[in-house]
Amino acid sequence: MPETPQPATAPLLSVVLATGEAPRFAPGDAIRVSDRSPIGHYRVPLYLRGKAGTVEAIIRPARVNNEEEGFGRNIGENRHYYRIAIPMTALWPAYRGSSQDSLRIEVFETWLERA
Amino acid sequence: MTEHDHDHSHPHAEIAADGAPGYFEVLETALRELLIEKGFIKAAEIRRQIEVIDSRTPALGAKIVVKAWTDSVFRAQLLANGRAACEELGITFYDDTSLIVLENTETVHNLIVCTLCSCYPRPVLGLPPDWYKLKPYRARAVIEPRAVLAEFGTIIPDDVEVRVSDSTAVVRYLVLPRRPAGTENYSLDRLEALVTRDAMIGVVPVTLDSVEA
Repeated sequence: MPETPQPATAPLLSVVLATGEAPRFAPGDAIRVSDRSPIGHYRVPLYLRGKAGTVEAIIRPARVNNEEEGFGRNIGENRHYYRIAIPMTALWPAYRGSSQDSLRIEVFETWLERA
Repeated sequence: MTEHDHDHSHPHAEIAADGAPGYFEVLETALRELLIEKGFIKAAEIRRQIEVIDSRTPALGAKIVVKAWTDSVFRAQLLANGRAACEELGITFYDDTSLIVLENTETVHNLIVCTLCSCYPRPVLGLPPDWYKLKPYRARAVIEPRAVLAEFGTIIPDDVEVRVSDSTAVVRYLVLPRRPAGTENYSLDRLEALVTRDAMIGVVPVTLDSVEA
């Protein structure tokens, strides 16, 4: 999956990025989806909690945290979503199909841990 | 093409709302009237948004697919950034979603689903079909995609990877189906007629008999 093209030119000046501005993960990184069950609004399906996978792409630009947005708070700490890949056989032990088959999903940065 | 392929010399039952409105219909009406009464939104804004959604149909998606089939520069742009490429064509993303276009190839077959609700590439395809929103499809598409595909008549060989994209937050997906062989001399219009909604969801391939079936 190609990433959104970024400007090829190097920055003219070095600037300090705010927390969360730079993506924490890069394509190819091994990750695990957090296994937690907060009360409120979130977009991480249950069947993914605790599962290990790989970052396929960074979804740009950074977006507002939907767990906050769900309660009308539309400003604050933006983070990136990542398109991650998880083998079907890792999700479903009895999976019927090719071992190559996979699930792809976008997960917000606060839900990913390094694996 | 339609179930209603006959002339209209015979009478039809009047289209009418019969039966009492259901719970959610009452809830929607009450909420809408309250929001208008309190001045949060206007009735004209609701109508306008319905017009926006009604202007998005699978025909729009078919145009995108056929342009990608016939214009390699556009195809590259579309695969690099689906939303930006569609915006170049004048298609707006009124819901501020991102769009990733998933290319079917000899080795990868893509299928899209929203397990949490009914996320769907509405800006380019309009409203989703009912089955897309129902729990059996939403659950089974991620658990046993090959069985679901087989029920649509689509048998994916074992050496082809089935890649299921679960759309849950800000990203929407559009499947770029493979162009069928034997269409080299087709006009753009004729190609577009082959590209069905279901092919852009990934449950069926594009075939030469898409329209006649």
